Amino acid sequence: MSFLSIRNLSVRIRGSDTRLLRSVSFEVDAGEVHGLVGESGAGKSMIGKAILGILPKAVEVVEGQIWLDGVDLLTLPPALRRSRIGASCALIPQDPLTALNPSRRIGGQITDRLVDILGWTRARADARALELLAEVQITDPARVLRAYPHELSGGMRQRILIASAFAAEPKLIIADEPTTALDVTVQKEILRLIAAMQARHGTALLFVTHDLGVVSKVCQSLLVLYGGLVVETAAVRDFFAAPQHPYARALLAATPKYTDPAASLIPVPDAVIQQTKAQVDAADGAWRHG
Amino acid sequence: MADGRAFVKRPWGARLVLSSAWLGLIMLAALAAPWIAPKDPLAQDLFLGRLPPFWVSGTEPGYYLGTDSLGRDVLSRMIYGTRIALTVALVAGSITCLIGATLGLLAGYLRGWIDVVISRFVDIWMAFPPVLFSILLIAVIGPGLMSIIIAIVVIDWTRFARVVRAEAMAQGAMDYVASAQVAGRGRIGIMLREILPNVLPTVVVLLTLEMGIAVIVEAILSFVNLSISTDDPTWGGMIAEGRASVHQAWWVLVFPLITLFLTVLSFSQLGEGLKDRFDPVLR
Repeated sequence: MSFLSIRNLSVRIRGSDTRLLRSVSFEVDAGEVHGLVGESGAGKSMIGKAILGILPKAVEVVEGQIWLDGVDLLTLPPALRRSRIGASCALIPQDPLTALNPSRRIGGQITDRLVDILGWTRARADARALELLAEVQITDPARVLRAYPHELSGGMRQRILIASAFAAEPKLIIADEPTTALDVTVQKEILRLIAAMQARHGTALLFVTHDLGVVSKVCQSLLVLYGGLVVETAAVRDFFAAPQHPYARALLAATPKYTDPAASLIPVPDAVIQQTKAQVDAADGAWRHG
Repeated sequence: MADGRAFVKRPWGARLVLSSAWLGLIMLAALAAPWIAPKDPLAQDLFLGRLPPFWVSGTEPGYYLGTDSLGRDVLSRMIYGTRIALTVALVAGSITCLIGATLGLLAGYLRGWIDVVISRFVDIWMAFPPVLFSILLIAVIGPGLMSIIIAIVVIDWTRFARVVRAEAMAQGAMDYVASAQVAGRGRIGIMLREILPNVLPTVVVLLTLEMGIAVIVEAILSFVNLSISTDDPTWGGMIAEGRASVHQAWWVLVFPLITLFLTVLSFSQLGEGLKDRFDPVLR
């Protein structure tokens, strides 16, 4: 079995029968970088949240299994599930401005997990935090550890969040649009950093993004979501050579070509959207009657 | 790293200096009342009634701010009055804060049925007219320092609950809370270690505001004769007495009034000043 295996996962808004994820299934191998692609509201972040057990309170899992390292997380009692996720998963959130607690110093926020879950001594955790900050190329890490988040720039905070995600050597990291909130020049550095850290630590990485360009650089495989339905799962090389699903093909065609500024942007054609929507409805119909 | 913000130490603002100076003075007066009050605050001398303050001719030496209609020294009564005012401010303010903020934090972060119960309770509670409520309360449990404190707590905890709930809800939606959850921390742990430090600046401002309000409520209740016995010197009681004789002896009314005003103002400014200085986000 793969390291991470999502089977038939559906979530919905509590008390309604509208599903936000529609029987999603996919597999990620240990050390693999897997892209989750789709437009806003397609449910790509929702998958990450469901795995990490941080779904919004208004959303619930209807059915499905989340197998992580041989255990179905959804069958574990909450406390056990939390500690298992804490020990083997980490999150690189989207917005570095709100992802660090503004009233606590950086150091404690990195070492918390090492002390709480792995039971390290404070001294050992502090030494590890210094090492990690150096690894994400922060100069003067000792001073940064004593700083408050507001004293640091957005790019710097994202570096810290990356360091913090890798701190406990997790086996799976979920990066939820980690570069969206940053400006373009910083985005590139951060992407390169995430890729380098991932390669060095051999962590499986679930990379949530709407940017196919990023996927082509960072990921080995990807899945494309539309309306919470997986429309295509493929290896990155195959996908960029020949996308199978019409929506995926249109999405790829819509990627702006920076090499030719004169080329106009190509929207996803209406017919393709209608067709994909029909597919979503059909999936819902089959689900209700099955 | 660094833009230099980390190293800019904000100077103590004027509001922080002035308000803490005044409150320090009041506190000193309360602690040292028996030694610094020039006269016995309860001693009456009808021959020395309504003496004017020291700069007006026709006064007796030793009665710096004059006397009231019973010949009691205004300055000494004001000094002793600080004791009741500060006791009410500190004790009632703290208890109110503790109860209201705790309930607000629970409701705002845990949500669910706890939030429903606490919020509906607050709504119902706030529908009672507060002044009537406190008068009724004191009529039932009888006047006295303890009753005033209870009345203030019972009426004002809702203010804390409301504001802290909203703040805790806003903080609970932040990404750092999700990160802490992923890191395996339980709900109570997150509430105390992640949320609480971030609502604390708001709580401090509310607390100092509440202390000012407590002083005013005590004065109001003294004014309608529901506070401590009329003999005991309280600012509110003095203001009530002074009102009756304001045309003959304005000083009996004016001095306690100024003191009350400055104290309430200082409490609210102290809160703002502390927030400006110690909230790492604003700093």
